[in-house]
Amino acid sequence: MPISAISMEESLAKLEKYKKEVMQEMKAPPELAAEDQLEIYRKMALIREFDTNVKDLWKQNFIYGLAHAYLGAEAVAVGACTALKKGDFITSTHRGHGHVIAMGGDVKKMMSELMGKADGYCKGKGGSMHIAAVDHGMLGATGIVGSGMPIAVGSALTAQVLKKDYVTICFHGDGGTNQGVWHESLNMSAVWNLPVIFLCENNQWAISMPYEKAAKNPNVADRAIGYGIPGVTVDGFNPFAVYEAVRDAAILARKGEGPTLIEARYYRYIGHFVADDERYRDTTTSKPWAESMDPVKRMREYLVQSGIADETRLDEIYASMAKEVQDAIEYAKAAPEPTAASLYTDLYSPEFIAKYGGE
Amino acid sequence: MSRIITIKQALNEAHMEEFARDPRIIILGCDVGIRGNPFGLTKGLLEQFGSERVRDTPISESAIVGTCLGAAATGLRPIAEILFSDWITLGMDQIVNQIAKIRYMFGGTINVPLVIRAPVGAGGGQAAQHSQSFESWFSHVPGLQVVMPITPYDAKGLFKTAVRCDDPVLFFEHKRGYEITGEVPDVGVDYTVPFGEAAVRREGTDVTIVAISIMVHKALAAAEALSQLGIECEVIDPRTIYPFDYNTVIKSISKTHRLIVTHESSRRSGIGAEIVSQVVEKAFEELDDKPVIVAGLNIPMPYNRTLESMVIPSDEKIKQAVLQMMDRA
Repeated sequence: MPISAISMEESLAKLEKYKKEVMQEMKAPPELAAEDQLEIYRKMALIREFDTNVKDLWKQNFIYGLAHAYLGAEAVAVGACTALKKGDFITSTHRGHGHVIAMGGDVKKMMSELMGKADGYCKGKGGSMHIAAVDHGMLGATGIVGSGMPIAVGSALTAQVLKKDYVTICFHGDGGTNQGVWHESLNMSAVWNLPVIFLCENNQWAISMPYEKAAKNPNVADRAIGYGIPGVTVDGFNPFAVYEAVRDAAILARKGEGPTLIEARYYRYIGHFVADDERYRDTTTSKPWAESMDPVKRMREYLVQSGIADETRLDEIYASMAKEVQDAIEYAKAAPEPTAASLYTDLYSPEFIAKYGGE
Repeated sequence: MSRIITIKQALNEAHMEEFARDPRIIILGCDVGIRGNPFGLTKGLLEQFGSERVRDTPISESAIVGTCLGAAATGLRPIAEILFSDWITLGMDQIVNQIAKIRYMFGGTINVPLVIRAPVGAGGGQAAQHSQSFESWFSHVPGLQVVMPITPYDAKGLFKTAVRCDDPVLFFEHKRGYEITGEVPDVGVDYTVPFGEAAVRREGTDVTIVAISIMVHKALAAAEALSQLGIECEVIDPRTIYPFDYNTVIKSISKTHRLIVTHESSRRSGIGAEIVSQVVEKAFEELDDKPVIVAGLNIPMPYNRTLESMVIPSDEKIKQAVLQMMDRA
């Protein structure tokens, strides 16, 4: 049992209170056609399948090092990225697999990267924690909490200076909100009206640190007031709620009206990373509670209830996503290992390496 | 045709010319715009190129360098100015964990054309937090380049190379060097100085002195005094700390067979240790004597004028080191 364990009743009461604060009705906005809604389900299912497999592959030693799963957060990335246009950018966190999929990245290349293979997204040099799909506008995951903040600001600065129409979403976690650079980035982008959207994936836990012990004010979005920008809290278990918030923030950003801080609340019901034993918390109440909030299940129920698709159709979609992941696993297992010849490649630009080597 | 200008003027011209050449170049920093930098390095830039490209920032070093990274990754060619290099510490995560590594971590899918400019160096009673030189820290981090010009010609030419290359550069100017004068080509003559090519500032046959940044001028002064005593020193200015030109150094010691390395920053784990170690590994047989490092003392810079002068290595200290090496002390 964790040192600061509270009773099951108390724990459940807290979770129910959180649910009450967070939950917004599932309702697709009129501009999302049936096919768009199915695409949301498809991507959420793909993330679910991908990251469910990652843990097993890690246990079987196919995946080396660290990997952080996006399970339970599917509605956030997919809802947010559905509101983007081609040419928009995102920056990611250490929990980046969902962001790659939400931006339409290739799961074969991502799985190859997780297995450290030469034809992975980062040629086997980044792994899960540094997954990047720049060709899809995904500017990369980072292993340092909060450090993606100014990178997103810089991407937005390019849009402003070169008079381009794109926006940048900066995904970050509740843990990141207490880094100094988080505040610097909000302030600087606000004062310059940069087209950036700060999307806080508030899952309530920074490894063993619950947000209530990390910040006196439980509402991340309230901090927006301090920077003179809009701040909104949305249901992070609900892709439509996230979509609408990002859509509205993107309209402001493209009009030159600056950043928005969006706090999408969900709950990390899994361990922080693949091997986390979660000794710091009691999961007996939170696990079943979180499962009752499951965004993939919720989306599926919505699609059935609203008559967009029947169970059979959704089973087919889910099965095809599961197959895509299995194909990616087989592909990655067979993919070539990088060789010593690639050690120095990409340390500097090709011109530099040609002239100076890398030593 | 050429003319005589200061390093300060050379850097100002380099900024003006590069901004005119490439509209993707921007600069971010505290006091770079309306004030034109405390030393006047960016004077005129705001008026000529506007506040989109010349940005006075809040005092947020981590966001300054990190924003420059994001801008570099998406198509701009940013320059970040840190008012005093001591405060680069506030941006260290972005520099060491992001800027230096992002190209490699992401398998070469991101370009990082980014220059971080900052004044280094002591002298002037600015005490412990405004006097440091961190070239060895950044030389230690794979993925970065470190440049330390100390003539107007090099300042202008190396700055242009830095701005035009696709990899991150730490560009360190010595505060006591801004008024140093020297010959540069006429305005409008575009030239660059390549990285990784040392300059032999004085030829000699007895001792090779590798001098970093401001120490080049102190080594030259020591060499002049030693020449009166019949000792001829060869003074080498590496100009760039990484990439570093060991060939020129080894060529020199194959003639002199003696090596002194001098830098202003504190001695322990300093760049001198790396230079000596590399030379010993690469050309031990050329050395007739143990190499010597003349560097700053391992203490924070004290404020008091006399104490300060004891910490900073002087031309006299270099002279004494040479005399000792030549058994003439």
